[in-house]
Amino acid sequence: MASVMGISAAAAAENAFTLTIKDHRFEPAELRVPANQPATLTVKNLDATPEEFESKSLRIEKVIPGNSEATFTLRPLKAGRYKFEGEFHDNTAKGEVIAE
Amino acid sequence: MLGALIIVFREAIEAGLIIGIVLAVTRGVAGSRGFVAAGVGVGALGAIVVAAFADRLSQAFAGSGQELFNASILAIAVVMLVWHNIWMAQHGRELAQNLSDVGRAVARGDETLFALTAVVGLAVLREGAEVALFLYGILASGESGWDVFAGGLAGLALGALTSVATFYGLVAIPPRRLFAVTTWLITLLAAGLAAQCVAFLQQAGFVTALSDTAWDSSWILSDKSIVGRVLHTLIGYADQPSAMQVAVYLATLVVIVAATKFFAARPPSASVGAPAE
Ligand SMILES: [Cu+2]
Repeated sequence: MASVMGISAAAAAENAFTLTIKDHRFEPAELRVPANQPATLTVKNLDATPEEFESKSLRIEKVIPGNSEATFTLRPLKAGRYKFEGEFHDNTAKGEVIAE
Repeated sequence: MLGALIIVFREAIEAGLIIGIVLAVTRGVAGSRGFVAAGVGVGALGAIVVAAFADRLSQAFAGSGQELFNASILAIAVVMLVWHNIWMAQHGRELAQNLSDVGRAVARGDETLFALTAVVGLAVLREGAEVALFLYGILASGESGWDVFAGGLAGLALGALTSVATFYGLVAIPPRRLFAVTTWLITLLAAGLAAQCVAFLQQAGFVTALSDTAWDSSWILSDKSIVGRVLHTLIGYADQPSAMQVAVYLATLVVIVAATKFFAARPPSASVGAPAE
């Protein structure tokens, strides 16, 4: 069990991705990640206001305070598109993770 | 302004429904409204404190502080609701068919009144922290300022209306039925909260098994829509739950129903080895 988690953590460390939030928009708005591999996703909020990073399909829901960041572990994703959004500004803050 | 209203209302629905249900459950209990009001007050204060320390809370526990905080709040609420249901089942014999007797019975066991107050406080705390952060963020940024803030307040007011509507909706049910309905509501509510709790543990990486999506019914009913949110709170509806969430939901249902049956079968006053008087 512990070794399995160790391996996946190591694999996740290799697949590290970063998103930024600026002016209530995500950069990049489309993030490509390899399918069927664990990965980590760091979301940096460069705005002064908090944002709730939310994705039903990635199963993430977290408030990121202004000028700070949060790191998530992504489960191995089947190939496909996974939408995410900033709930506090959902008219501009939209994006997709594309697993391929 | 409309956007702010909708965002705050969406957050406030959950707490509003829970407050309404608790008001209905404790209807007729002397002082219950005071207890509920105290729960709302303490929860709101706590929400402001949590919002103020959001930064540090997020960074705590290797960045999983927020998830663990939410998971603990939900877990405590589930325990309180289970406790309440078991207590009500235990005293079922004493509960005659009209509501004032239910009220008197609940009043005698003020511990369950306290448990329900805690559930109200925890619901307001969790949803309120998000609302406080959102409104604070808008004011701090000076973005569109007071207009959006007014929208937020209107959203809060609508959330309060949800409580009132839930209360009167439930109170319109004949008293005899009300007891059965609220027992079921609390059971489903608890199962839904337990499933949400495990979702936060999965997000924090504490639970890794059964992480695949069990189904996707978001095309029929999104759990972000208003109806979806209401069902989310009432029966724990989720449009893309993980297999683990479904398992925990069902397990919680089974445990509560079994525990309630078990305790209902044993009259509480006939304690073991009670000496004859
Ligand atoms: Cu919420």
